[in-house]
Amino acid sequence: MDAVQTAFGLVFQPYVLLVIALSALYGLFVGAIPGLTATMATALLVPVTFFMAPVPAVAAIVTATAMAIFSGDIPSALLRMPGTPASAAYTDEAFLLTKSGRAELALGSGLVFSVLGGIFGVLVLIVAAPALAEVALKFSSFEYFWLVMLGFTCAIFIAGTDPLKGTVSLLLGLLISCVGLENPAGAPRWTFGNAELTGGIALIPLMIGMFAISEVLRFATVVIKPEMAVDRPFGNVFKGQWALLKKYPVQLFRGSVLGTVVGALPGAGADIAAWMSYAMSKRFSKEPEKFGTGHVEGIVESGAANNSALGGAWIPALVFGIPGDSITAIAIGVLYLKGMNPGPTLFVNNPQNIYAVFIVFILAQLLMLPFGWMAIKVAKQILRIPAAVLMPLILLFCIVGSFAINNSMFGVIVMLVAGVAAFFMERWGFPVAPTILGVVLGTMLEEHFFSSLIKADGNFLVFFERPIAGVLGGLTLLVWLWPLGRRLLQRGPSPSTA
Amino acid sequence: MQRTDRWLGIGLAVLAAAILWSARSFPAVPGQKLGAGFLPMLIGVGFLLCGVALVLRSLRGQGYERDADAPVIEEHFGSSAVIIGAIVVYIGLADRLGFLIVVPLCLVAVFRALRVGWRPSLAWAIGGTLLVHVTFYKLLRVPLPWGVFRPFY
Repeated sequence: MDAVQTAFGLVFQPYVLLVIALSALYGLFVGAIPGLTATMATALLVPVTFFMAPVPAVAAIVTATAMAIFSGDIPSALLRMPGTPASAAYTDEAFLLTKSGRAELALGSGLVFSVLGGIFGVLVLIVAAPALAEVALKFSSFEYFWLVMLGFTCAIFIAGTDPLKGTVSLLLGLLISCVGLENPAGAPRWTFGNAELTGGIALIPLMIGMFAISEVLRFATVVIKPEMAVDRPFGNVFKGQWALLKKYPVQLFRGSVLGTVVGALPGAGADIAAWMSYAMSKRFSKEPEKFGTGHVEGIVESGAANNSALGGAWIPALVFGIPGDSITAIAIGVLYLKGMNPGPTLFVNNPQNIYAVFIVFILAQLLMLPFGWMAIKVAKQILRIPAAVLMPLILLFCIVGSFAINNSMFGVIVMLVAGVAAFFMERWGFPVAPTILGVVLGTMLEEHFFSSLIKADGNFLVFFERPIAGVLGGLTLLVWLWPLGRRLLQRGPSPSTA
Repeated sequence: MQRTDRWLGIGLAVLAAAILWSARSFPAVPGQKLGAGFLPMLIGVGFLLCGVALVLRSLRGQGYERDADAPVIEEHFGSSAVIIGAIVVYIGLADRLGFLIVVPLCLVAVFRALRVGWRPSLAWAIGGTLLVHVTFYKLLRVPLPWGVFRPFY
């Protein structure tokens, strides 16, 4: 109980509250500008959080991302351009609602159901994370090995559309994680005599490159001229939301549950949660024919799903140090920088910090209502700011941010190479999320794989002997073998064998 | 995409060969058969298999159904090249000439590449540079390079 009190004390300080308020405004702004994603918002925040205490640093990330995922809905409804990829699933639906004179309904349902979905995700995080941490305290290298493998498997087979290219992306991430001295033999690997490389490739400049520089390059390459669909002041966006809540409670619950689960799966985040949830909403709807004509049901379900995914993604991140999405991959980097190394011991040694994170999560969701309402009010002004003016300034911020992490130009070089690589990866159909997962988890995989192999002493069955390791290993193998099994089942017994 | 994948597959196989060749020299942990080369070897084998699979898949023409549906979008690679060039110039010259000289020049080039007018380009470039310098150098104490201004500072 003392820890909870301390946590409230940590959060309810003028400085932390100011950080939360500013991050909320920043998140709303970045999310509302098409081309600037929530992950980019997080990557750009890191250089600033670098200079903060752990709680305000995490608070800034949590608040900014929650706001950005909601405000991505605003340009969806007004310009037919999703502000963040998480809103892409229902952009057409929201835009058609606006076109038919119901902009308030599109924007209001985006806001209200984002808040409700977000709160659901946070509640699951608060209940599940400490319980999982209790179990995780007993984990050995075998469980961690299978957890990491299951994470990789989810990122490639469940979150991705092309498992082969997903595997290449993952291997690239693992290759990057190999650089430096941090390996079982403590030997320099691919350092080429460069002192900077002995410490490994810095995660934050890499992330800034992959998520911000690549977006700036993409923006410069593709020219799109958006047009505003509405030219009148908005009415009350909360009107009719209560009726929607009474009409679609099942959709809200289903979207929130699916979002939280997808969020918790490594490699899959809010965008995939929204796509899956929209598809599910259409499949189980009583009026599926209305989908795609400006129908609010899909917005309710997938709007809740993408915000609940945020809370879900923090579950594996805090308990195991395994990121649930790209945002938590960056957040894990920040946690390490702040000495809040993720893992079950964090719950034992520093419970006040964990509780503080939970409080910030709830606060961010509650703040979303008034702040989101204000953002909608000034949306038309925000969307008139030309992105061509913002992008060069973001580029400058990226350069200085990458430099600031180690006060070294090497960070800027890493950022540039990562940015160009991510730009081409995206063009050639290689997903970026598995690469990030590989970089973040590479060292962990090697450490646990190596110690497991030594313990096994040639007997590979040991990998499955402990009950949880056995279940995790079995699950991983099942996902690997599933495509093969499905093909065999589809083919059925051939006449010759019948 | 099909042809790109073929070349990417070949590129991956070459990369795999380089990884496998260099990983042989990584030392083992004393008293163990395995060592620093273990994971790199696995990665090398993985890249090799993926490279071969990409080449085979592109030869068979599998997995490219979505190409035909993709909308044709106007693309300007010149603007991206200017952005990359600006970062390279910053990396190469910032220490020598200083943040306050290199950044406004790079920013003006990028603004112009993104078709922003001359006047707003100059105003935003100078304003942005000063704002970031004050924020990071003064407030966050990041040692941004002074370059030629060093004697005056």
